[in-house]
Amino acid sequence: MKVTVRKFDAVIVGAGGAGLRAAIQLSEAGLKTAVLSKVFPTRSHTVAAQGGVAASLGNSEEDHWHWHMYDTVKGSDWLGDQDAIEFMCKKANEVVIELEHYGMPFDRLDNGRIYQRPFGGHMSNFGEKPVRRSCAAADRTGHAMLHAMYQRNVKANTQFFVEWLALDLIRDAEGDVLGVTAMEMETGDLYAFHAKATIFATGGAGRIYYSSTNAFINTGDGAGMAARAGIPLEDMEFWQFHPTGVAGAGVLITEGVRGEGGILRNSAGERFMERYAPNAKDLASRDVVSRAMVTEINEGRGCGPNKDFVLLDITHLPPETIMKRLPGIHEIALQFAGVDALREPIPVVPTCHYQMGGIPTNFKGQVVVPGKRSQNEIVPGFYAAGECACASVHGANRLGTNSLLDLLVFGKSAGESAVDEMKQSPKPHKELPADAFDRTLERLHRLNTQKDGASVHETQLDMQRTMQKHAGVFRFADLLKQGVQKIIEVQKDVERTEIKDKSKVFNTARVEALELDNLIEVAVATMVSAEARKESRGAHVRDDAPDTPERPDGRDDVNWLKHSLWFKDANRLEYKSVTLRPLTVETIALKKRAY
Amino acid sequence: MTKRILKFNIYRYDPDVDRKPYMQDIEVEVDATDRKLLDALVKLKAKDDSIAFRRSCREGVCGSDGMNINGTNGLACLADLSTFPDGKTIVLRPLPGLPVIRDLIVDMTQFFKQYHSIKPYLINNDPLPERERLQSPEEREELNGLYECILCACCSTACPTFWWNPDKFVGPAGLLAAYRFIADTRDQATNERLDNLEDPYRLFRCHTIMNCVEVCPKGLNPTKAIGKIKDMMVRRII
Amino acid sequence: MVNRKLVGAHYGLMDWLVQRITGVVMAAYTVVVAFALYTGAGSSYERWHGFMSAAPMRFISFLCIVSLCWHAWIGVRDTWMDYVQPAGIKLTLHVLTLLSVIGCGGWAVQILWKL
Repeated sequence: MKVTVRKFDAVIVGAGGAGLRAAIQLSEAGLKTAVLSKVFPTRSHTVAAQGGVAASLGNSEEDHWHWHMYDTVKGSDWLGDQDAIEFMCKKANEVVIELEHYGMPFDRLDNGRIYQRPFGGHMSNFGEKPVRRSCAAADRTGHAMLHAMYQRNVKANTQFFVEWLALDLIRDAEGDVLGVTAMEMETGDLYAFHAKATIFATGGAGRIYYSSTNAFINTGDGAGMAARAGIPLEDMEFWQFHPTGVAGAGVLITEGVRGEGGILRNSAGERFMERYAPNAKDLASRDVVSRAMVTEINEGRGCGPNKDFVLLDITHLPPETIMKRLPGIHEIALQFAGVDALREPIPVVPTCHYQMGGIPTNFKGQVVVPGKRSQNEIVPGFYAAGECACASVHGANRLGTNSLLDLLVFGKSAGESAVDEMKQSPKPHKELPADAFDRTLERLHRLNTQKDGASVHETQLDMQRTMQKHAGVFRFADLLKQGVQKIIEVQKDVERTEIKDKSKVFNTARVEALELDNLIEVAVATMVSAEARKESRGAHVRDDAPDTPERPDGRDDVNWLKHSLWFKDANRLEYKSVTLRPLTVETIALKKRAY
Repeated sequence: MTKRILKFNIYRYDPDVDRKPYMQDIEVEVDATDRKLLDALVKLKAKDDSIAFRRSCREGVCGSDGMNINGTNGLACLADLSTFPDGKTIVLRPLPGLPVIRDLIVDMTQFFKQYHSIKPYLINNDPLPERERLQSPEEREELNGLYECILCACCSTACPTFWWNPDKFVGPAGLLAAYRFIADTRDQATNERLDNLEDPYRLFRCHTIMNCVEVCPKGLNPTKAIGKIKDMMVRRII
Repeated sequence: MVNRKLVGAHYGLMDWLVQRITGVVMAAYTVVVAFALYTGAGSSYERWHGFMSAAPMRFISFLCIVSLCWHAWIGVRDTWMDYVQPAGIKLTLHVLTLLSVIGCGGWAVQILWKL
């Protein structure tokens, strides 16, 4: 197979929020940039974000980035790196205002400023009481944001390669990243993008679970490519289960619903969150709410004929508020739950939503790996931002609205870092190694010639069911142990998937098989990392980590206050310490987490 | 709804293999968990992996899976299976009026070219303020029904005028976007935007057939937006 | 010559407006004539001749003819613009349309002034 090489200053893989934000930075700096996306940019999954983006603008009441930082550290169950968290919370106002300047149609307050609503875990004065921090465009914030950033890129004349699937990372013998190989989906032709900077913004891999709010395209392509190229994946055991996915359909119902006054109820009609989080109630952190819901269901207080969901009630809100602030939710409830949310409560269950872990980076968006000199050595030429990266700002649990903030702040900083690097020390392209395309060609050759192989669809279902059963909201030592065996079995099937369709033109069967190669890396990383972490923290809660005075809620800071790093070779795990020292302020000291 | 057999009649064309397009009859069994047409299509693809269609968010916000369903454009992920009568064949074709790449996948280049032609970005040359530009809730309200467009192309490919002149007529989606920026109090390029559309083809090829309004999966009304643009043009000359 | 897609003729609004205005004129004329017929203006040739040759009526009939011609020109031209792509054929059709509309208009005015 022929591989055509194209040279650019920078190549960005992914055109969702983080990719588009990075692209703005590079295009406006005048660098020759290629943005690869397997879907048209506005179809990226950022489009489905609903509730808002956090920034301590203080438009409705007093707020401060330091309070936001406190909430984020607490939300992360202290696993987040405090330097990155400080960086993000401090930058929030700047990047949100920039978006407004790009033309994003934020909702407005009477005084003309950006409308802000309360969200889970966002409090004022270091955890005192809920604060309005989430900047929103109705319940379509992600859509409004993604379109505004795409539009800004149109203005900046960014060069997009739409419906191109990146296949593998190109690294040379020194470990430097020199670009990616990619397939033009329409023709099936292979290309290599040879670049001085490669920025991954490929999003999450929520599709490793059976029940997920994620789009079909969220297949962890960046994580898979990085893992195959020897880059570790950080903190992959931490997956956020969003409390309110529509029961049965998985479609997301924003936390903004509870921010606007929505209440979760069990079969007795009880507002059960009062028992689990007396202070924040329905607006406790997502992991807390999800576990409360599953506990209610497990203890027989679920609703419906099978008692397998709870109800999200907004019938007490004024219809005008619902239609003005939550019009999309009204539409989703009607479409996917068959209920009119003005009159009936919406059936919801915790649903896999967000990958807290990912490709390890620092707060400048540079990918870092453990090396001889330090545990955070920069991989030259490689950057990552957004859900595919782990900065790590979300630690063991992400706060609602911090994902959109993450992609803005780190999309921008990854772009800035790449620009700085190229402007400050201009260098010619490093030569491509002789084996640059080998991995890609091998994978494609294997797939095109596989006989008596496994079905892509069935194998993917196997993987999803395994993840759902063995690494769900609550985790059990024995199930995790079996899970590792099972997922490695599934991995063997992934290595022998077969497609019947061999066409070159827009072969979606081939695309799905290649995506599954990426998904499985993430699934294995998750299961192995989760099995190894013998404590409960944030979204990772095990049955064998008891709640004791030394280890509140099973969190073991003595042994486990560290990031996991999973390497693909032999499923090896390494650990690195959490950065507890922020950039300018005092460390936010370890404390039991309660809402 | 328990198990049920759905009959499909699907437009098939793979230029790598087929000399010309044909319609294929195929059946698939769906169960109670399959609520939308897209769920059935995913099952179909598990059965025959050569059927090509675009899909992503499966909740009607990404705009990937626009197709012609029993003669009407719509999103597969929002088409409820319960609305298809038992035993009746579901006819699926690619969106009309655009070149077919393969099966249900059309080449949307022309559609996006038109979208780009209206300068779909905020133009404001004032020095950037420290904070957000102010906008009253009423001014912001003007953007409702405009900014929600998902660029699925259901409207433009249902528009006969766009079929005849896809290279010259902006089409309902592009014109809706044009008005989205005209209506934004923060945008300063109203005059240039109106000039850009003052053309017998770009705007005035709209004959208010209103197919766009009928098919829009987000319930938007491009015809109304087009009317408002014309209105502003008239107000500009009198 | 390069084969570019050409747009940006910077007209269109006037035509669109003219079609609406001429439409209103024709509708109003129809109402006047319908009312006249209802009140018996068409009961005999003499009465009809008298009605149509009165100066005010001649004036609005003339307006109506001009409106009709203008309206028809834009409408037919729009149809050619929709369905006919080759520039040469399109131009020929435009010219033929314009000539026949002018011819018909002149003929109608001649009839009106012979009354």
